[in-house]
Amino acid sequence: MKRIYVNEEYCIGCRLCEIHCAVQHSQSKKIIKAFKEEAPRAMARILVEEEGPLSFAMQCRHCEEAPCIEACIVGAMYRDEDTGAVLCDEDRCVGCWMCVMVCPFGAIQRNVAGSKAASKCDLCYGEEIPACVAHCPNEALTFVEVGSMAGEGR
Amino acid sequence: MRYVIIGNSAAAIGCVEGIRHHDPDSPITIVADEPHHTYSRPLISYLLGGLVDENRMGYRPPDFYEKNRVETLLGVQVTEIDPQGRSISLAGGGELSYDRLLISTGGKPFVPPIPGANLPGVFTFVTWEEARQIGHFIEDRQAKSALVIGAGLIGLKTIEALLARGMKVTVVELADRVLSRIFDPTASRMADIILRREGVDVRTANTVTEIIGRGGHLDHAVLRDGERIDCDLVIFAIGVRPNTGLVPADSGIRVERGIRVDEHMRTTAPDVYAAGDCVEAYDRLTDEYHQIAIWPLAYRQGYIAGCNMAGYDREYEGGFPMNSISVCDVPTISVGIIDPPDDGDRYEIMDDYDRESLTYKKLVLRGHRLVGAMFINDIDRAGIYTGLIREQVDISQFKEHLLSGSFGLISLPKDYRKHLVMGSGIEV
Ligand SMILES: Cc1cc2nc3c(=O)[nH]c(=O)nc-3n(C[C@H](O)[C@H](O)[C@H](O)COP(=O)(O)OP(=O)(O)OC[C@H]3O[C@@H](n4cnc5c(N)ncnc54)[C@H](O)[C@@H]3O)c2cc1C
Repeated sequence: MKRIYVNEEYCIGCRLCEIHCAVQHSQSKKIIKAFKEEAPRAMARILVEEEGPLSFAMQCRHCEEAPCIEACIVGAMYRDEDTGAVLCDEDRCVGCWMCVMVCPFGAIQRNVAGSKAASKCDLCYGEEIPACVAHCPNEALTFVEVGSMAGEGR
Repeated sequence: MRYVIIGNSAAAIGCVEGIRHHDPDSPITIVADEPHHTYSRPLISYLLGGLVDENRMGYRPPDFYEKNRVETLLGVQVTEIDPQGRSISLAGGGELSYDRLLISTGGKPFVPPIPGANLPGVFTFVTWEEARQIGHFIEDRQAKSALVIGAGLIGLKTIEALLARGMKVTVVELADRVLSRIFDPTASRMADIILRREGVDVRTANTVTEIIGRGGHLDHAVLRDGERIDCDLVIFAIGVRPNTGLVPADSGIRVERGIRVDEHMRTTAPDVYAAGDCVEAYDRLTDEYHQIAIWPLAYRQGYIAGCNMAGYDREYEGGFPMNSISVCDVPTISVGIIDPPDDGDRYEIMDDYDRESLTYKKLVLRGHRLVGAMFINDIDRAGIYTGLIREQVDISQFKEHLLSGSFGLISLPKDYRKHLVMGSGIEV
């Protein structure tokens, strides 16, 4: 199973990950169309935080025992059997925001303008490499097998 | 090994998933008196309000039992538990024996003994069936006005559903403010403003002493102060008490207000576990045992019970109250201790209230730890605070950033952040 790892030392705060994440989750998957024509504009499911020289990008960590799955009152938040990713069935989500309340990473957003559902990283389901990783110019985001990172806490 | 689970809701499903994580094969039987496939209890207010239809009530996919190899006895009531004989009795005769038992019978709605409480048109509101009955009643009787008794979590959800159906709603609350158990006075005042803005007639510090019918219909309710409230429908939403009726007094299972469980979710009888709204479990912020009737903890306790039932040692880390509810479309979140007792300088409050935009943020600190957080309107990234509360992180290094608009993971000490991000889960 592969996961996205975040290396804040390498992040330059360019926010290309946010842009390409939004494009990937737009209807057209075309950058100009996604930003110019689609309304509401697709949301990025990754968030860059920045303060002075420090910046990093963060999306869902796909926790092993995910508080969002435990807290979801309708069972819309679930674990994908094949990839182990934590996914949200947006058709079933009723927007109660229990997941927003419990995610320790603040990685779940409310898509108030669009689906009215919880919006989160889906590891670009079906893609070889998630869009944020593919477009990170400095390898601050990497997509690697779980357990292969040095110093990994498990 | 034969597992039996009484109940078919959050705690029961958590238990199944906990057991199956460690024991893929041994038989599991779920017995529940409600006839439905496992469903989302909190959705009954959405159903009544017409916001979801009956097809969307399911909590797990239709093939859940099959996939997890669970046998079900649905629509079957358990009348008694016999821990000595390791069996449970079923209504209509019959027994079921177990090696490990989970009691997850949830809560029972409380109805005070007042005259008229049994009249047709007076309801409680905790099951799918009740949501249907109330819906039919409103349609058949062309009911236009409703009286909701209790302005807590369930009361608020009930009010929202009734408003969505275009009804005129009055709410009566015994405490001197709405949502008194999960909001602080400022947040309650804001909720009050929002409710009144939507046309709800809010009566606090008051109670219903009698419900009067006339000619087969409800006519009015009488309040403690003598006032009459005309209504076609009354819904009791005072809250739920642990549902422990099937535990005999001499069973060896200790029952206080709820079934008492230890850190493994074990009751005081061998091989009998309990989880969810029927238990008194550990509250890690107050260091007490009591019922916290919320979905996430019911699931968590069930999951931990399931792991232990399957022989895998897991401790319940303790819970604390947390609620995310909308008050007439205004999102709110309250976590932990948000209205601390006046206890000298033990607690410290940081808050930010904007009257214009009706936004409110409040944090409660005990020493260098966060123990409570409350948000109205601006709830984004609230989970970061919940995480700090859960892990009891020392906040002294970044305290001054806690209320800033840009507060995020970036405000946390690098070590902690790295650990959080690199670790597999959320444990520190
Ligand atoms: C209208 C409403 C809205 C809510 N909204 C929220 C919310 O937004 N967020 C939140 O966190 N919580 C919410 N809650 C609370 C939440 O639903 C409960 O905390 C949760 O359902 C508890 O789950 P449980 O598994 O302990 O038991 P329950 O859901 O109460 O289920 C009990 C189970 O036991 C079975 N049972 C009981 N007695 C017997 C018996 N004698 N024999 C056989 N079977 C039996 C029942 O059939 C049922 O399957 C809401 C509750 C209500 C009523």
